Amino acid sequence: MSQATLSVKRISGHAGPAPGDDVERDYQVCKLIDTTTCIGCKACEVACLEWNGYTFTETVFDNSYQTMPSTAWNYWNLIKFNEHEREDGSITLLMRKDQCMHCADPGCLAACPADGAIVQYTNGIVDFQQQNCIGCGYCVSGCPFDIPKFNPTTKKMFKCTLCVDRVSEGLEPACIKSCPTGCLHFGTKEDMTYLAEARAKQLREDFGIEKAGVYDPEGVGGTGVIYVLHDVTNPEAYGGLPKDPHIPWVVRFWKGPAKWIGNLAMLGGLLGVTLHYLRYGPKQADADHKNGDKP
Amino acid sequence: MSTSHVATSQPATDGSPGRILRYTLTERVQHWLGAVFYVYCLITGLAFWSPYMFWLAVLVGGGPTARFWHPWFGLASTLSVGWMYKMWRGDLATTDEDRRWWKSINYYVANEDEELPPVGRFNFGQKLFFWLMFFGVILLLISGLGLWFVESIPWSLRWLRYLAVTVHVVAAMATIGAFIIHIYMSVFMEPESFQAMIHGDVPGAWARTYHRLWYEQITGNRSPRK
Repeated sequence: MSQATLSVKRISGHAGPAPGDDVERDYQVCKLIDTTTCIGCKACEVACLEWNGYTFTETVFDNSYQTMPSTAWNYWNLIKFNEHEREDGSITLLMRKDQCMHCADPGCLAACPADGAIVQYTNGIVDFQQQNCIGCGYCVSGCPFDIPKFNPTTKKMFKCTLCVDRVSEGLEPACIKSCPTGCLHFGTKEDMTYLAEARAKQLREDFGIEKAGVYDPEGVGGTGVIYVLHDVTNPEAYGGLPKDPHIPWVVRFWKGPAKWIGNLAMLGGLLGVTLHYLRYGPKQADADHKNGDKP
Repeated sequence: MSTSHVATSQPATDGSPGRILRYTLTERVQHWLGAVFYVYCLITGLAFWSPYMFWLAVLVGGGPTARFWHPWFGLASTLSVGWMYKMWRGDLATTDEDRRWWKSINYYVANEDEELPPVGRFNFGQKLFFWLMFFGVILLLISGLGLWFVESIPWSLRWLRYLAVTVHVVAAMATIGAFIIHIYMSVFMEPESFQAMIHGDVPGAWARTYHRLWYEQITGNRSPRK
C-alpha cells in the first residue's frame, strides 16, 4: 500500500524516469532471520495474518509441521520445515521463515508491465500497489524466490510488504515483534549484516558449526531479508532457498534487448511497406486501366 | 461451394468480364471476427509489451480489463483461425505453380505481375500468411496458457514459465510482421482485395490478372495464355 512518507527509488512499468526516482537517501532496512535459533512456533505466521487482516483458511496437510506447501496471496509468511540428514546420519529439522526477500534488484519489478504497480522505496522495501496492478502474473516469472501470488477474486498480486505501513511509522514488522526466541531481528542493513556475521562467527568458532554463514545473495544485489544458516553452502536444504538467485536471464532479455529488437523490427516493417508503396504503388489490374477509374 | 462463385454477370459495358464472388458471406464474417479478435490481442499485447505503449490499454478500458480479456480474445483468435483452416484448407496446399511463383516473387514485389506464372485462388504469399498465422496462434495459445496459469506451473518446472514468455514474444512478433504485410497488401497494394473481403465479389478482370487458374476454374473460361 502506498506510503506517502517513504520516498521512491524505482517503480515498475514506467515510461521514462520514475517520479521521485532516488532523490533521497534513507537507511536500508533489513530483517535478520537466525535459523539456528528458530523453534518453528509460527508466532510470526500468526502475527503476519493478524496485522495484515487475513484469517486462516483451509490448508493442506502433508505429514509435515508446515502450515501449507508454499506462501499464498493471503499467507505471506510461512515457516518451511525440512528434515535434513546430517553427515553422521542423524536427522535434524531445518526451519526457515519464508517470505518476500525484498531484493535490491527485484525481478518482480523488472518483469512488471503496469505503471507503478511495484514500487521500491529508498529504504529497500519492495511493495505491490494493488490499485495499479493488472494481475498479469509477470512478477511470478520475474521472482527468483517464487513469492508473488495471485488473488483470483480481486485479480491482483500480493506478497509480504515488510510491514511497510508499520516501518514507515517507526515500528518493526509484525513478525519481528512476535518472535519469542529473538531469532528475528530488524534494523538497518548495515547493523543486521554486522549482527549476522557476528552470529555466524560465533557458530563457527564457539559451536564448531564450520559451514555456518550469512545468506545475502549477490545475484539479486543483496536482499532486505538475510539469514544465518547452519550450512550456508547448502541453502537449498532449507526448503528450496536458491543457492545463487538472480533475475532469470529470459526476463532480463525480454525486458531489455528484446524490447529494442522487437520495436525496431515493428518499426522496420511499417517503414518497409511505406517505402514499398512510395516506390511501386498499388497494383493495377487490367480492368482498372480499361475502366479508367485509376491512372 | 464452387458453383456459387459466379455472382451476377453484369453486362460488360467495356468488354471486361462481370464480377465474381471471391468470398462467401460466411468467409467474410469469419475473417472479420478473426480480425477483431487478433487486433484486440495486438492492442492489449502491445500495452503489456512496453511501458511506452501501455496507454493502448486505456483505449480498451484500462490495464486490468485488458488483462482480463486478452486471454479470452486470444482463445477466440485461435478458434477462428481453426475455422478458417476448415474453410480454406482445400485452397491452401502448395502447388507446383506456387513454387514457380515463389521463384518469381521479385516480379510480384515490383508490380510486374505479367511476368508471374498464373496462380489459383490464393497465391503463395497468401498461403504463407495463413500458415504463419495458423502456427503463430497455436504457439501463442500454448505459451499463453503458460502465462495465464503461470502459478500452475510448478516451481521445479519454472523453465516452462520462461519458455512460455519467450515463445509468446517471438510468436507475437512473427504474427505482427505478417499482419503489417497483410494489411499493407490488402488495403494499400491491392485495394480490390479489401473490397472483396467487404462486399465479397471482385471484377473478373482482377481475378483473371492475379488468380488466373482460379478464374478459369470457376468461369470455365480458358483464355489463351500469354
